[in-house]
Amino acid sequence: MTDLTKLTLAEARDGLAKGDYTSVELTEAHLKSMDAHRNLNAYITETPEKAMEMAKASDAKRAKGSAGKMEGLPIAVKDLFCTEGVQTTAASHILEGFKPEYESTVTSNLFGNGAVMLGKANLDEFAMGSSNTSSYYGNVINPWKDKSGKDLVPGGSSGGSAAAVAANMALAATGTDTGGSIRQPASYCGIVGLKPTYGRCSRWGIVAFASSLDQAGPMTKTVRDAAIMLGSMAGHDAKDSTSAPIAVPDFEAALTGDIRGMKIGIPKEYRVDGMPEEISKLWDNGVAMLRDAGAEVVDVTLPHTKYALGTYYIVAPAEASSNLARYDGLRYGQRVMDDGDSLDDMYMKSRAAGFGKEVQRRIMIGTYVLSAGYYDAYYNKALKVRRRIYQDFEGAFGQVDAILTPTAPSAAFAIGENEGDPVKMYLNDVFTVPASLAGLPGISVPTGLSAEGLPLGLQLIGKPFDEETVLRVGGVLESAANFTAKPAGQEG
Amino acid sequence: MSSLDKETVRRIAYLSRINVSEEGLSELAGDLTRILDFVEELQEVDVEGCEPLTSVADLTLPLRKDEVTDGNIQQKVLSNAPMTDAGCFVVPKVVE
Repeated sequence: MTDLTKLTLAEARDGLAKGDYTSVELTEAHLKSMDAHRNLNAYITETPEKAMEMAKASDAKRAKGSAGKMEGLPIAVKDLFCTEGVQTTAASHILEGFKPEYESTVTSNLFGNGAVMLGKANLDEFAMGSSNTSSYYGNVINPWKDKSGKDLVPGGSSGGSAAAVAANMALAATGTDTGGSIRQPASYCGIVGLKPTYGRCSRWGIVAFASSLDQAGPMTKTVRDAAIMLGSMAGHDAKDSTSAPIAVPDFEAALTGDIRGMKIGIPKEYRVDGMPEEISKLWDNGVAMLRDAGAEVVDVTLPHTKYALGTYYIVAPAEASSNLARYDGLRYGQRVMDDGDSLDDMYMKSRAAGFGKEVQRRIMIGTYVLSAGYYDAYYNKALKVRRRIYQDFEGAFGQVDAILTPTAPSAAFAIGENEGDPVKMYLNDVFTVPASLAGLPGISVPTGLSAEGLPLGLQLIGKPFDEETVLRVGGVLESAANFTAKPAGQEG
Repeated sequence: MSSLDKETVRRIAYLSRINVSEEGLSELAGDLTRILDFVEELQEVDVEGCEPLTSVADLTLPLRKDEVTDGNIQQKVLSNAPMTDAGCFVVPKVVE
């Protein structure tokens, strides 16, 4: 019998429809794989009993002749999505033991379409990080190894989701992306990660980090799988006022494989100083692949690119400092209080004990840039530069259908590297942050291997609500790159 | 260049309602100064006539009918609270 954990989401969907296996069998195979790979620490909470219940219910539903878009397919859920009755931590100590009384809209959509939840995937605390080393529940280890064999980061913040998919511990996973948190770990783990347009998926029930940037999306083995899963996650939701009231297209139908005559933009500003030779070569190869497939390659300019990180590291912490004010030790989460403590003492002790270092840093930077006397110089200035970045993309998309860039400036690095200097860690997001600030859809597709044998991804950025073009071009890039490498132990 | 001193960090920490040790204040002063230096380059961008971009969602915020749509879920609201009594959240004494 074939190893059911090595199937793609599309293959598993079709196999279930043909009756080759049941959801119970698929789910059991993945639970076994989770047991075998527990050393990667990809999950904070495993939910095997719930998974088996959901799988049985799905098989029963199918037997009665009804099947949703994700019917019977076992997935991992980033532990930033509130799941009813299942601990939701955001990888923070402050939310340890928190069991939501409600289900996020995205997971509710997925489960309504038949998806089976295997567990809650690890992440950087409150999704703040690029290495998954800020989780209170421990580091996630990338299933890929370089030649030295040392433990590498899976990227972040959706590092557990990416590692779970790469190590076949889930057919697919949900992620969230604020500045690159789906695309960068997808690149580091050799999988596909799609950040949809801001507003495509509801944010309701997702633990908030930076509300003007946060967006949920699929992390999958293939571009087709991303199309299938996004179709189930997306849609208007009255409970999120920024959710777009527009119809969800058939994303899978966009995968025609035909990009002849399409215009692909190459932004010269992304060729940053000190870009490693292998990243630059990967990018050139991607350009050649799309040109060979009949696309027209056009140089475009995004002049404010170099200011994107600076803008992001004002806007995101500012929003985080407001959003995280809700952790007050009163209504939910950890409380630390001694006899005779005032309300302020209780707030200050609870938040000091509950938040990790990076989260504290970002709350404080955010508080500072929003404080009297600094608001205009920092926050308001950053919002104005954000509009310049948005206008850059508007200009470029007057000429082209999609933009091709590297996803990240390097392959996965060793755990512990880039620590100590917060800014050095931020540089990992240099290519993903601009599209986040402009709210645009972006996909990372594994396209090649580094000299160390690690996966490298290329990013395609599209126009607002044009995930279809991003998926179509992504599909062509995927076929041309024919990226078949797997982490050791997951071959074949 | 904006360099944050320990007293400024103490004030930010209080505004953020996060307890920070004396030692932590010095470390944070370094970290936060490093981050502020990094974002300093924004000052060189010409934003003359540019409106702040607060949201990329190209929508007018929708209004719904002003009516009660849920309620009677006291147990659910309180279920994750660290301390409750008689159907209420318990807070430290705030009035002398």
